[in-house]
Amino acid sequence: MQVSVQGISVWGPGLSGWPHTARVLQGQEDWEPAPVQVPPATCLPANERRRCGPLTRLAIALAEEACAQAGVQAADIRGVFASSNGDGAVVDSILTALSTPGGEVSPTQFHNSVHNAPAGYWTIGHASLAPVVALGCYDWSFAQGLLKAAAECVVENAPVLFVAYDLPIPGPIGKVRITHNTFGCAFVLVPQARQGAVCTLDITHAPGAMAQDTTLPPQLAELARSNPAAGGLALLQQIASGQEGTVHMTCQPGTILAEVKPC
Amino acid sequence: MKPLAITAGTVLSAIGRGLAETEDALLARRSGLTPCDFAGIKTGYVGCVPQAGTYVLEGVAPSFTCRNNQLADMACAQDGFAQAVRNARQFYGAHRIAVVLGTSTSGILSAEDAYEALDPVTGAPPMKFDQAHTQDLFSLPRFVAARLGLEGPILSVSNACASSSRAFVDARHWLEAGLCDAVVVGGADSLCRMTLRGFAALGLVSAEPTRPCDAQRTGISVGEGAGFVLLEREGARSGADVMGRWVGYGVSSDGHHMSSPDPLARGAVAAMREALERAGLDATQLDYINLHGTGTVVNDAMEDHAVHTLFGRSVPCSSTKGWTGHTLGASGIIEAMFALVMMRAGFAPGCLNVQQIDPTFNSHVLTDTLHKPVRRVMSNAFGFGGTNCSLIFEGV
Repeated sequence: MQVSVQGISVWGPGLSGWPHTARVLQGQEDWEPAPVQVPPATCLPANERRRCGPLTRLAIALAEEACAQAGVQAADIRGVFASSNGDGAVVDSILTALSTPGGEVSPTQFHNSVHNAPAGYWTIGHASLAPVVALGCYDWSFAQGLLKAAAECVVENAPVLFVAYDLPIPGPIGKVRITHNTFGCAFVLVPQARQGAVCTLDITHAPGAMAQDTTLPPQLAELARSNPAAGGLALLQQIASGQEGTVHMTCQPGTILAEVKPC
Repeated sequence: MKPLAITAGTVLSAIGRGLAETEDALLARRSGLTPCDFAGIKTGYVGCVPQAGTYVLEGVAPSFTCRNNQLADMACAQDGFAQAVRNARQFYGAHRIAVVLGTSTSGILSAEDAYEALDPVTGAPPMKFDQAHTQDLFSLPRFVAARLGLEGPILSVSNACASSSRAFVDARHWLEAGLCDAVVVGGADSLCRMTLRGFAALGLVSAEPTRPCDAQRTGISVGEGAGFVLLEREGARSGADVMGRWVGYGVSSDGHHMSSPDPLARGAVAAMREALERAGLDATQLDYINLHGTGTVVNDAMEDHAVHTLFGRSVPCSSTKGWTGHTLGASGIIEAMFALVMMRAGFAPGCLNVQQIDPTFNSHVLTDTLHKPVRRVMSNAFGFGGTNCSLIFEGV
């Protein structure tokens, strides 16, 4: 499947937006991990902004930057939102209420617990009628999500916004499902390259052997393992390098190969 | 769109295990709803699948054991589904069959149980809690792929109550992109404290059995269940039985509110209109619309408005939630299978429990069984987050 990357966003520890992240991945700047502070979700009305949590703010910041870079209208673009953990803080809070005698489930938390909540807030923020799917694919959320987004782009012959994002989970679940860092990345994929395209991706799925590239410097490789969405770092590094190359990503089952060609 | 063939299918809900029991219950107008008595919760009625919690999984690692996968496994064992998938596997190869499933809460009941048994000192869940294989959303397709011996790419779709409807669309994208030759599509959702208490907190659980489209409706009855179809290109595998064809879909967002539908129904109308366009049909060519029809005041009013906008009173419609309750993320596949049952047997069921149709409604709502040939059915699903999916199926 051949698609073009028209816009990119990254937010993670010490990675503030795509231009900054690209410089870090190119080795032009040192990586200095720091708490993630994403821009406010200004697309949302004040009451919705109060109701949504950090996961939604992360997803919206990623989506905004990728769409702005690509020059696409947020209200028109189909979305593929992928996250392993969903809003772990909300789920933990509900589970705690359920297991506490007399504990009440908050109605707002309940509707925020659906996996497509960040996607829902994104469409509310832009009064968008465009379809968005929410995927949850554990450690392989980035790779499965990319495979889905590329297929949708090609088959629907339309731009697709792909957003992958995850946060650490607090509470008891967080003791068994360990996600160390906040990380997210987003891509605007288009069927045919337009002016300003970053690169083309030729994406194939090899169902047999599992392979994962390990070309990242050790610290970033550790970051890539610490959050399901950070599984995209190897691909982001290849794109940032401005060189042709093929990236292997483990998926379920098998491997996804992304052949990157700069535009 | 190029229609896709449904070459196997099965359904499990409170009204029955498999197609034959489902058809009997729909025709007999026999509801599966019973007073809720689940995990200490006694609010309203539920559509509970008997024996789901004690079912022993077949041929896979026991670590996958959770109520959601138990429902999925029960469904795999029905209607010759697993055998039909084996036949397809022999033809295409295991790596050419994908698994794309919808669920809203996966095995969250296992996490709820774990929170009841936390270590008092460390706050850690008990050792037996296997989060990845139960609560996690990806548990369902991983389990089903292992259960059916499939090695194509797998996907979990979690668009709230439109999850397993939307899964059809995502499956088609992989199929048409050439990533696979067939897909097991469907989903499962299971009773849990979170949804029972959560919908109650929103004031959306009916004290009586749910009565979609009734003037006095007060909310949903929560249900559970599972269902699957095997979807492949038409004519690609000679000798495969074709149960029905999937001929159109529309997907949209409301962009309006997280838990209330847009009263103007713009998203729902857009989804239904797109489904007609992709199927190359005009409004008069549908025989029946299976409504999302949850039984809440706002959903049913919005959907009536949407249906009337596109169809006037020309197409009979009803909700089957009075039989099963609202099976949330599983409702799309369960009602897709109901559509196939209705087309095969030639009937359209009227809403259950209706004393008086909401007098503000303008669409053609059925309250009794209509016996007639049914060739094409539209099936709607809408969900929190403002997600909409409309599918059109055709009989053979």
